[in-house]
Amino acid sequence: MGKRIGVEVSIAIADAVKLARAEVIPAYPITPQTHIVEHLAEIVANGELDAEYIPVESEHAAMSACCGAVAAGARVFTSSSSQGLSLMSEILYIPSTMRLPMVMVVANRAMSAPISIWNDHQDIMVQRDIGWIQTFAENGQEAVDLVLHAFRVAEDRRVSLPMIVNIDGFTLSHVIEPIELPTQEEVDAYIPPFKPKRKLDPRKPVTMGPVGIPEVYTEAKVAHDHAIKNSRKVILKAWKEFADHFGREYHPVESYKAEGADTILVTMGSISETAMTAIDKMRDEGRNVGLVRIRLWRPFPAQEFRAATKHAKVLAVVDRCLPPGAVCGPVGAELRSIFYKIPGAPKIFSFVAGLGGRDVTVERFEEIIDKAEQYSKRRPKELYEVIGVREK
Amino acid sequence: MKENIKSRHQKHGLETSAVNTWCKGCGNFGILTALKSVLAKREDTLGSLVLVSGIGCHAKIVDYVAVNSFYSIHGRVLPVACGIKTANPRLTIIGHAGDGDAYGEGISHLVFAAKRNNDLVFIVHNNRVYGLTTGQFTPTSPKGFKGRSTPKGSIEEPFNPLRLMLASGATFVARGYAGKHAHLASLIEQAMVHPGFAFIDVLQPCFTFYNTYKFYNEKVVEIRDEHPVDDFDAAWKLAGKWDYGLEADQIPIGIFYRIRKDTYEEELLPKETPSLDVALHLKRHHF
Repeated sequence: MGKRIGVEVSIAIADAVKLARAEVIPAYPITPQTHIVEHLAEIVANGELDAEYIPVESEHAAMSACCGAVAAGARVFTSSSSQGLSLMSEILYIPSTMRLPMVMVVANRAMSAPISIWNDHQDIMVQRDIGWIQTFAENGQEAVDLVLHAFRVAEDRRVSLPMIVNIDGFTLSHVIEPIELPTQEEVDAYIPPFKPKRKLDPRKPVTMGPVGIPEVYTEAKVAHDHAIKNSRKVILKAWKEFADHFGREYHPVESYKAEGADTILVTMGSISETAMTAIDKMRDEGRNVGLVRIRLWRPFPAQEFRAATKHAKVLAVVDRCLPPGAVCGPVGAELRSIFYKIPGAPKIFSFVAGLGGRDVTVERFEEIIDKAEQYSKRRPKELYEVIGVREK
Repeated sequence: MKENIKSRHQKHGLETSAVNTWCKGCGNFGILTALKSVLAKREDTLGSLVLVSGIGCHAKIVDYVAVNSFYSIHGRVLPVACGIKTANPRLTIIGHAGDGDAYGEGISHLVFAAKRNNDLVFIVHNNRVYGLTTGQFTPTSPKGFKGRSTPKGSIEEPFNPLRLMLASGATFVARGYAGKHAHLASLIEQAMVHPGFAFIDVLQPCFTFYNTYKFYNEKVVEIRDEHPVDDFDAAWKLAGKWDYGLEADQIPIGIFYRIRKDTYEEELLPKETPSLDVALHLKRHHF
């Protein structure tokens, strides 16, 4: 096992990509993701990684080049954020249905307008339905671990799907944390060489990406849906083996003091660590509260989530995305759906917080829990509430 | 609106309350100075002027000039500018873009704006490095450029934007230098009165990530009056004198090419209403 060292999370992610032996890296700079691909450019230039780095002309080109490189049989990595991720949008649906595995780290950032380089989850929620497997990291070590896990899962022949690891922009990407990077031998033992199911091979010609006429389009989409649902088993097994190899355990849904809690706070991403502090404080004050964090966003772990919250009376769900005109935030909507008509289901209250880099403090989490408990007794006027809006 | 802007300018000139956050020594200051000196002379037109910018260090220019502006998104200056101009052709539009905007993400828009001869001024703040994301290779970085995404030096030849514009059908092709304000101001002034797509590539040193002041100060020469600006072959030849590489004998600045062709707006809009008012148009068509 490698040594634990203080390192910027973006740099550690790039090192993880090196350890995973990525072969083609097409990338375009965008804040706050830039350090990841910059460091990879350096690693490739130094000869530490036998890979091709393409400084492409746009994110649209980056994602297109990723598709081409996987089709030709290479292990592929890229990274983006916000508007850059949105510029990829046209392409993002393609590798998933075409079953072209690759790994992308998204350093989550708000969407314009107004222009913001700071963190929230609006960029990735725009891409909720692209059909990629998606995980969320809470800290630097998790970011590294989830990147290694992503290569292992994405390229598994039973899965063969692209995968996004979400890390909060700046909050994670730009902080220095104590991170343990495994050795090359350990990673090689965990991630086998990429053997694509299909690739562009002159000896066995195939047509990739042809037209899906109405007679087959539905079936192609259903096949993709089956693939992402079935990936669950591989995702879980890869996490179990990760624990065997590296000693750190991961689950689709993580609980913190949630056992027997009446009110459970639900979070995703790096705010979860502040949320734990809030739970500790409220527990000390005698409140029966807990926390559940969603690590696996797609495929959504409905079964695990219900199990983790089965005794709760109230769920206070925090979304870091405001979908204007919708009935609530995307995580809130997901949870309301999975509990619909389930006997004894908790009451679910949806909150939106931490937009465009606004901190979500311990006090804010206390406010959210207090409000959810009040609303469980007296129905709120609105279907969701934005926390911490300045009145002047 | 016009009156308000006028009275504002009488009080404060073109200054805004925004704090300038460009690095000390940034070439953008030269472009801002040149632009302001032109606008100061044309106070009567300020009410109908719109600045459009993209994303990057250059884009902050719209914060520093007290006129109407639209701060768009990376690469999309020209489509936004075209939209504004088409909806209200009486407005004068100056688009500002970086080299990433103009020659990277937005290059298709640039080629099409030249092809269509949209009646716009387009100023490219070409520092040949991504400044805001702190120092990566761009489409006009020279071959061998050592940036953060090309630590061993870029392996690609840069674009020659002037030749790209000539080949795309631009009717006004110029190059300025941020270190020569008065010359640049004269280019902007002439671009503003040019009917059609007026393109100015401005050599803009990035003091922090790609300091080219010394190189440009030594190499830049003003194009002589004898240069036949309506001669495509002469313009093509002159534009080829320097290919944006690391070496140069001389870097000509000035107007390379200028011809008069019908603009997109002249072709698009009814001849009898050359300055079509949108409100009037909507009223006339009972929308």
